[in-house]
Order: sequence, then structure tokens, then C-alpha cells
Amino acid sequence: MIRVENLHKWYGSIQAVDDVSFSVDKGEVLGFIGPNGAGKSTTMRMITGFIAPSRGKVLIDGIDMAENPIAAKSKIGYLPENAPSYSSMTTFTFLKFAAEMRGFSGKERDKKVDEIVETCFLEPVLYQSVETLSKGYTHRVCFAQSIIHDPEILILDEPTDGLDPNQKYEVRTLIKNMGEKKAIILSTHILEEVDAVCSRLMTIDRGKIVADGTPDSFRKRSETAGTVLLTINGESSNSILENLEKLNDVEKTFVVSEEDSDISVRIYPKNKADSDKFSSDIFNLVKEEKMNLVGLQIEKGRLEDVFRSITLEDREEVKA
Amino acid sequence: MNSFSRIKVIAKRELLEYYVSPIAYIFLITFLMLNGFFTFMVGAFFERGEASLQPFFQWHPWLYLFLVPAIGMHIWAEERRSGTIEFLFTLPVTRTQTVIGKFLASWLFLAFALFLTFPIVITVGYLGEPDYGIIFSGYLGSLLMMGAFLSITVMTSAMTKNQVVSFIISVVVCLFLILAGWPPVTRMVIDWAPNWLVDSVVAFSVMPHFEAMQRGVVDSRDLLYYVSVIVFCLFSTSVILKSK
Repeated sequence: MIRVENLHKWYGSIQAVDDVSFSVDKGEVLGFIGPNGAGKSTTMRMITGFIAPSRGKVLIDGIDMAENPIAAKSKIGYLPENAPSYSSMTTFTFLKFAAEMRGFSGKERDKKVDEIVETCFLEPVLYQSVETLSKGYTHRVCFAQSIIHDPEILILDEPTDGLDPNQKYEVRTLIKNMGEKKAIILSTHILEEVDAVCSRLMTIDRGKIVADGTPDSFRKRSETAGTVLLTINGESSNSILENLEKLNDVEKTFVVSEEDSDISVRIYPKNKADSDKFSSDIFNLVKEEKMNLVGLQIEKGRLEDVFRSITLEDREEVKA
Repeated sequence: MNSFSRIKVIAKRELLEYYVSPIAYIFLITFLMLNGFFTFMVGAFFERGEASLQPFFQWHPWLYLFLVPAIGMHIWAEERRSGTIEFLFTLPVTRTQTVIGKFLASWLFLAFALFLTFPIVITVGYLGEPDYGIIFSGYLGSLLMMGAFLSITVMTSAMTKNQVVSFIISVVVCLFLILAGWPPVTRMVIDWAPNWLVDSVVAFSVMPHFEAMQRGVVDSRDLLYYVSVIVFCLFSTSVILKSK
């Protein structure tokens, strides 16, 4: 649905986007993550046709954005960063305008507006001018505009920015449901959001794609992924560590915390691939030694760690 | 959806913005009051004892010099400042269509303001026997001058996020168009500049075209002048918006 080929963007001598290529199919929700100023918004602006790439190509459902912008743009719904909308218009007139620009008129237009008002819970502010709305509502008005024509492709720049937790939940559910039938790209700083909605993740740093994969494959790259966190009550930390040395698979161990008489130990396996067997070995050992087990947890890895290591590691390479 | 209906939707939204904005009403009141003041007090409409709208039309270039940039300065500057331009230009519409739609809406609004001066036509018709052909061509010239000034403002508005900057630049450009053919200005250049230079500066001026129409002469060259100013400025606007 979306194909991006060798996209470059220079602002003067500053290169904002550097040779970005990827494609997104129907049913995929692609999450862009990356530090501020990494080129996420610039990439999205090129995909939606707001700015022209310095070099490279954007294909929307096979249509070249540079050659036939109208046809390409009509397939896209776009929520720009900061959700701009005409502040003196009311929610109703703004959505009516958006529907008309998307080619609906008369009864059909009114039906589209009614539908979207219901989907985005805009009923209470329908006749209020946008400038008087709270940030959450302003955001939803602009979000509503982007899906009013039920586009096949949805580009969302920070779709949950400024929303309260309930609204975030609603918007995420909405995106997730739409994701089954559409190709969606969204950008975010919030890593939990990626988990909640994205089927694929892409990290962009200084204009380049530095990682691309499913959220699970990202997590596996985490240093702690596949390790086991064991919490034992009423033993000394030394005796626990001694016992653990009996296992063959243990790479290293270290004590994470000692609270009251609860001792937590993180255990790194030699082979990260079979974490189930590793944890059951530990469980059996604990049973044999009659230790008082409080908790046993297989670490799936944390996106934060991966995100930090990817973006920071990259910095060091440059320094070196 | 064809390009005409897209232009119409853009223009409709722009007009709606005037309808809900207090600035539009303040503008209408100011426009009519200043027109009245200049026509009757400064232009001595009654004392002349003529059934003509000359004292009404003669102030228009000076009024429009400030009022038209005031009404047009927001057109693109505000879109850029608030970021709605990103929404607008990712809709299935070309830049040229939006430029034309927005221009036409504002021109229509200015035309409406000009239309509201109709009582003066009734007055002069009640008091004497004016030549309605001259009045009509006077209005046409006034409307076209509005269009030319507006297109300049639209262009300067596309250059900046700041409405005040847009206002000042457009006032300066419009002032040049007014003064370029004014004898005190041409006299200043005529002594040292070659004739072709004087002629081409004078050719830029809006005044000869405006004055010809005040006399009731509707010449195709005058129409062409206005049309080419408008087309040139709107085309430039489109190019400026594309390069930003």
C-alpha cells in the first residue's frame, strides 16, 4: 500500500532524512519511534505529499505522489503533529468542510459527519468553535477529519499526544481496530503505545532507519531479555548464588535487590533461545533445595532498554 | 470531484471564516464610514453640485491601500502560523486551486463591502441625473483595483508567518503601484532617467487605468492590466507556497 524508495530530504546543508526505504502493507500498523528531531515527522510529511522529497519516491497504492498528487492524497488520511484545525470554525463546520474536500456532498456528507462524530465522541462539542475546546477534543477533531473518508492509508503523527489516559485508551483501540483493514503509520514517543497498537516497529535516528521489526523481536534485543528474575525468602544471598552455580546453563548471576528477607537475583542463561527450559530448571532446583520461592519471572525484555541502546550506541559509533 | 467544485469548497470555507469573524464586521463598518467621510466631508460631494460619483471614487486608491492589505494579510500567514496549511495541502486539492479559492472568497467579501455603498448611487440618482454608465464603469474599476491589491497581499501573505510583515510589504507594493504614475513622482525621475525607464515605471501604475474607468472608458488594455497583475501575483503565490 505504501512504498517509500530511497527518500532523502535536505534543509539547506542539514540532512533531515537519509535514504529511507520501506513498505507497509494492508493490515500492518507501523510505529515510528525515535528521538526528537530524528526525521519522523519529515518522513511522514513526504509520504503525505506536504513536502516534496529532495530525492526518492513515494508510492501510494502504486500511485506516484510526485506525478499524481490528487489521486494519491485522496487515499490517505493524515493527522499532522499538534493536530491543527481552523480555530474559528465549529467542530461541525470543520468536519463538514473536511467531508466536502473529500468529495462528499449532500446527504452522503451529512451521514459521514454523523458517523465520525459518533466514532470520535464529539457530540458534546459539535457546535462549539475549535478554539474553545480542550486539547484532547481539538486533537480528536483533527483525528476525526483524518478518518472521515475511511481511507485505506492512515498516517498519524503522535496520535495520542495530549490526551488523558482514558482518551488514549479509546484512540488506541480505534487504531488497532482500523489496523486490520488499513495500512497505518504512526509516530510516537510513548513505548507502551507501540506495544498496544503496532504490529511492526521502526526506529529512526538522525534520518536513518536503524532498526525494523516486530515489537517482540525488538524486545529480544534487550540485554535482559530471556533472563530469569528469581525471588527467594529467608535465605542468605550467598547460599542462593551457590545453589544456582549447580546449573549448567547459567552464564552469570547478580543480586538485584534485598528487601526485608526477600532476595531477588537476576540469572542470565548461556543460551537465550530456550528460556522455558531454563526457567523450569531453576524452578526444579529451588524445589530440590527447599528454598522458599516468592517469585519467578522470565524477562521478556524492555523496549525502553532497546530504544536507548539502539539510539545511543549509534551515537558512540559516530564519535569513534 | 472536479477542480471547480474544489475551488468552490475552499472559497466557501473562507467566506464562512469572514462570516464568523468580528474582524469582517469591523472592516465593513470602517470601510463604509471612511467612504462616507471622504466623499462628503473631504470630497465636498454636495458643494460640487454635480450628479457624479467622482468625489466618491477618487479616494478609493488611498482607502484600499490600507484596507485591502488589512483584509488579505491573514490569508496565508495565518495558515502557516497555525499549521493548518499542513492539513490543507494534504487534502486532495492542488496549490493553485486553494490559492484561487481563497483569493476569490476574499475578493467576493471586498465586493460585498463595495456593494454596501449603493445608497450613494441612490442619493446621486435622487438629486440629479447621473450617467449610470460612468457609475458602472467606476464601480468596475474600483472592484478591479481591489482585486489587484488583494492579489498582491495574498502574495506577500504567502511569504511570511507574520501578518504584520505581510501587511507592511503589501502596503509598500500597493503604494508603489499608486504613485508610479503620479506626476510629482514621474517629474522626479523624468529629468535624469531615459524615456523607456520612465515609461515602464509609469506602465506599472494602477492610476491611469483606474482614472480611465472613472471617466467611463472601459478599455481592454485596462482590463488586461488588472487581469495580468492578478494572474501574476496568484501564480507567484503558488510558486512561493510550493518552495516553502
